[in-house]
Amino acid sequence: MGSQTANGVSSLTLKARCIRQSVVRSLAAAGSGHLGGSMSSADILTALYFSVMKHKPEDPFWAGRDRFILSIGHIAPVLYATLAEAGYFPKEELLSLRKMGSRLQGHPGRDHGLPGMELSAGSLGQGLSVAVGMALAARLDGLDYRVYCLNGDGELQEGSIWEAAMSASHYKLNNLTAIIDRNGLQIDGSTETVMSLEPLKKKWEAFGWNAMECDGHDFGSLLNAFKKAQQEAVRPSIIIAKTIMGKGIPSIEGDYRWHGKAPSKEQAEEMLKEVH
Amino acid sequence: MERFINRGNKATKAGFGEGLLEAGIANLNVIAIGADITASVGVDLFASKFPQRFISLGIAEQNCVGVAAGLALSGKIPVFATYGVFSALRTTDQVRISLCYNNLHVVIGGAHAGVSVGPDGATHQALEDIAIMRVMPNMTVISPCDASQARLAVISSVEQCHGPVYIRFGREAMPDFTSPLQEFIPGKAQLMHEGNDLAIIATGHMTWEALQAAYELEKEGIHARVLNIHTIKPIDEPALILAARECGALVTAEEHQLAGGLGSAVSEVISKNYPVPIEFVGMNDHFGESGPPRELMIKFGFTAENIIIAARKAMSRKGI
Repeated sequence: MGSQTANGVSSLTLKARCIRQSVVRSLAAAGSGHLGGSMSSADILTALYFSVMKHKPEDPFWAGRDRFILSIGHIAPVLYATLAEAGYFPKEELLSLRKMGSRLQGHPGRDHGLPGMELSAGSLGQGLSVAVGMALAARLDGLDYRVYCLNGDGELQEGSIWEAAMSASHYKLNNLTAIIDRNGLQIDGSTETVMSLEPLKKKWEAFGWNAMECDGHDFGSLLNAFKKAQQEAVRPSIIIAKTIMGKGIPSIEGDYRWHGKAPSKEQAEEMLKEVH
Repeated sequence: MERFINRGNKATKAGFGEGLLEAGIANLNVIAIGADITASVGVDLFASKFPQRFISLGIAEQNCVGVAAGLALSGKIPVFATYGVFSALRTTDQVRISLCYNNLHVVIGGAHAGVSVGPDGATHQALEDIAIMRVMPNMTVISPCDASQARLAVISSVEQCHGPVYIRFGREAMPDFTSPLQEFIPGKAQLMHEGNDLAIIATGHMTWEALQAAYELEKEGIHARVLNIHTIKPIDEPALILAARECGALVTAEEHQLAGGLGSAVSEVISKNYPVPIEFVGMNDHFGESGPPRELMIKFGFTAENIIIAARKAMSRKGI
C-alpha cells in the first residue's frame, strides 16, 4: 500500500494526468477507440498501479505479483497508457494503438506479446470469472497475491457477472477485489434508462460481498476503499467507484456520446490543453 | 487385421471419469470443475478422491469456463465437464474469448453426445457441439470411439496437449472394443479395418457401427477400410487423402448434425486434395427425441445398415 500523504496523493494526480494525456494522444493516432470509459477509469488504474498493487514492470510475470484483470477490454487504451507510464514498455509505442502489427490491439490480445497483459478480453461479462479462477488458484497454492478486476457498470447487465459473484462469496475469496467504474453511462445512454442497476450496493451485499462506494476521482477515497478491501477477512470486496465519463476533459465530461469515440487530431490538441 | 470384439458394454463417460482420475493421480495440477451433474458425467471418481482439487460451481457453465481460464492462467490444468449442450453451446462466447483467444490449456468434457442419450430427448442430445467447437482457433476436438479410448483421450489431453481441448462422450453403455493398452496419439487416425474398395470414416459410437458394416460388406466381397477419427481437429489429412486415393469413395459416419461435423471436416480435406464421391451418415438438420437409445439410432439412421446403404451409393458413384 502506497503513501496516503498529501504528497503521495499529489504524485498520483500527476501520474493520472500523464496517463490521460497518453490516452488522448493514442486514440487520436488510432482514429478510433473508447475515450469516455478510459478517462473515467484513469484514476482507478493510477491508484492500482502506482500505490495499491505489488508488481514489477521489469519482471511482468513475477509469480508473486498482484493480478489485474481488465474485464472491460474496450478501455484498453487506459490500461496501455498506465502500463507504459509504469515502465512496462516505451510510451512511444502507445501511438501504434489499433494499427496493423501493433502489440496494442483494439481490445487486449495477449498473443501479441505486450508485457503486463494478464488476459485477452473484450466480450463483456467474462473477466470476473477469470479473476475468481485466479483467486482460487492463489488459495490452492497458498500464495498471498491479490486479484483485482475492473468492471464497467453497463457490463453488470451480463448474467455471467452474477454467476461469478455467487462463486466468489461461496468460496470466501477475500483475496479478490472488483472495482466498478460507475460512470452511469453506456452506449445507448444512462444505465438506469437502458437497464437499471440500482440499488447496486445492496445487490452486491445480497450476493455476499463486502460492498463499498467511493469517489473514483479522489485518491484518498479510492485508497481508503482498497485498504478496507485488503483488511476484509472473509468476503470478496467490491468498490463501486463513482466516476464521470470523460473525466479530466471538461468539455466532454458526462457526455455518453464519447463512450466509443476517438478525438480527431484537432480535437485532441484542444483536449490536451484541457486535461487535468 | 484382427477383428474387434465387444468386451462388454460400457459408457464412454465411464472411461472419461477413469481417465480423469488417473490424470489427477499423475499430475497434481489437474483441477476438476463441477457444474452440478458431477456423477452423471463421470467426474465423481476424481471429486471423491481429491476433494481439495474439485471445485463445485453449480449450474453456471459460463462462470465454469471463465474460472477454468483463471486457473489455467495460474498454472493449473482444469477439466470442466458437463453435458455437451451446455459445455460447448451455453458457453460458446466464453470458450471463444476466455479459452481459445487466450489459448489456455483447459480440457472441456461434453457428455450426452448424440441421440443415443435416449429418453431425455432433444434438449439434452448434443448434435451440434463438434461443429461449434471445431471452428474455434486453437481448439483441439476429440471424439473417442469407446470407453477404453475415452480414458486414454483424457490422459493424453492433460499430458500431451497445450491449448484448449474439447472431448465428446456418450451416456449409453456401448461396445467397448479397443485395447486398454492402445497408444492414443491426438491428431492421428486409427486404421481399424483394411480394405481398398471404399473407406468408412467414423467417429465416436459410429466407429463400432462402421466396423459392423465392414464385416457385413466383407461377406459380399467388398473390402471396406475403416478409419476411426478420434481427433476431429486437427484432422489427420494424410490418412484421409490416402484413403481417397486408394479407395476412390468415402462414407463418413457420426452421431452429429451433417452440417459442420466430421463429414464437413472430411469434405474440406478431400475436395481440396483428392476429390472422390463421399456419402454422409449423420443427422439431417433435425432434432432428436425421446426413446430407447437403440430405437432412436435406428429411427434417425445411425446404424451399420445405414452405413452399408451409403457405402453402396458412394461406390456406385465412383468414376462418374
